[in-house]
Amino acid sequence: MALGAVVAVIRQKMKSPHGTVRKLMLRLVVACLILGVFVWQANGAVLPQDRSDAMYHSYQGGGISIDGPSILLRKKIGNQVSVSANYYVDTISGASIDVLATASPYSEERTENSVGVDFLHNKTLMSLNYTTSSENDFEAESIHFGVSQDFFGDLTTLTLGYSKGNDEVGKTGDDSFLELAERQNYQLGITQVITKNMILGLSVENISDQGYLNNPYRSVRFLDATSARGYSFETEVYPNTRRSNAAAVTANYYLPYRASIYGEAKVFSDSWGIQANTYKLGYIHTFGEDWIVELRARHYQQDKADFYQDLYNRSAEFNFRARDKEMSTFNNLSLGLSVTYEFQFSATNFFKKSTVNLDFDHVNFDYDDFRNVLVVDTAVGEEPFYEFSANITRLYLSIFY
Amino acid sequence: MNYNKMRCLLTVVVLGLASGCSSTFEPWVKPYERDNLADPIMSMNRNPVSMSYTQHVYQAREGARGAEGGAGGGCGCN
Repeated sequence: MALGAVVAVIRQKMKSPHGTVRKLMLRLVVACLILGVFVWQANGAVLPQDRSDAMYHSYQGGGISIDGPSILLRKKIGNQVSVSANYYVDTISGASIDVLATASPYSEERTENSVGVDFLHNKTLMSLNYTTSSENDFEAESIHFGVSQDFFGDLTTLTLGYSKGNDEVGKTGDDSFLELAERQNYQLGITQVITKNMILGLSVENISDQGYLNNPYRSVRFLDATSARGYSFETEVYPNTRRSNAAAVTANYYLPYRASIYGEAKVFSDSWGIQANTYKLGYIHTFGEDWIVELRARHYQQDKADFYQDLYNRSAEFNFRARDKEMSTFNNLSLGLSVTYEFQFSATNFFKKSTVNLDFDHVNFDYDDFRNVLVVDTAVGEEPFYEFSANITRLYLSIFY
Repeated sequence: MNYNKMRCLLTVVVLGLASGCSSTFEPWVKPYERDNLADPIMSMNRNPVSMSYTQHVYQAREGARGAEGGAGGGCGCN
């Protein structure tokens, strides 16, 4: 009930992406920085635990297959510094409906590298991360700075974050094509211990983009009597700026036996007219000392961008045009299962414990105004709405030391 | 609520919080009562590699973005 009321208030505040929430966030950031100076002596934060993870990930669905490895290394240096590095690869093959409608199947690879350092000073945790992402037609880099502080007897944790990213967008087959985009993120998080069995969290994030924001390969379709199909495709055109606000409320509750439930409600709004809600619910159960099993459900729903349309009446009908299914009205439901087997090493061993984990989620996407143009025996604009399902698998080994 | 009222409220909240956060503050959940909160099954980010991958999967296919994951901690165990 309380969660719903908070979500309703946030949703009301977020109706103007340029307005209340952004100003409120900036004031909160300033207030929290002032507060941070006052509570500098408070106790609390600890460095992240030393660990290494090796993961194989796989996404299969909608005609495409993406898989690859991800390696994370994290190690403390002394009592104040922890460093981390992550290597991640996406190997993409196949063809989504967008590609099948307008181009040929393809394969490509994306490599992401990130390094980070966490610094603990008087129990205030500061973190700095640098990430690069590289594809044959896309380069991105971003830097993130975060501060985390526990106060009020360590019952409250405040986290502030700022990220800045730059993208270079290219296009395969067109060496002269080069567009730029930049992005800034402002994040605020508060976690509050409510009882010895319950934690509540609030996360708010404002993101602003500027530059070339569309996908150079995506197209919009418009009625064209000269075409055999009755319609043709042309390049989509997005606005050059985008501002968005997201706010999430989370709750974790420890049950009388060693198990927990969690929930999350998130609202999203942006200057393109997209409004979205996400709800998550999960249950984590343990069997003995060694097994952890998690069941979860996630539902997402969004309303389309103002300039989205499945079929335009003519070429260049409006200044801004999009037919990305990610911009349409749709919802998805995912159901997931995780199984973790944990084994402890002896107290004298360098390695403290290790876990083997398998995460699996099945997702169904249902689109309300994105039609399946691969169905050809229907009138133009009368094709059935598109839908697809996907399986997301993560298999990984974690070692703690 | 207009701008001035908001600013006054914020000032009061900040000063109130700052004055109330001295070492004399008595937490209603004592440090020795936080075993359950420190259990990994209470963490919103129990497996960071899997979580960041999953966020990436959804973000690439949905219009929404941001406010991912919990702030973590609250029990000296983030």
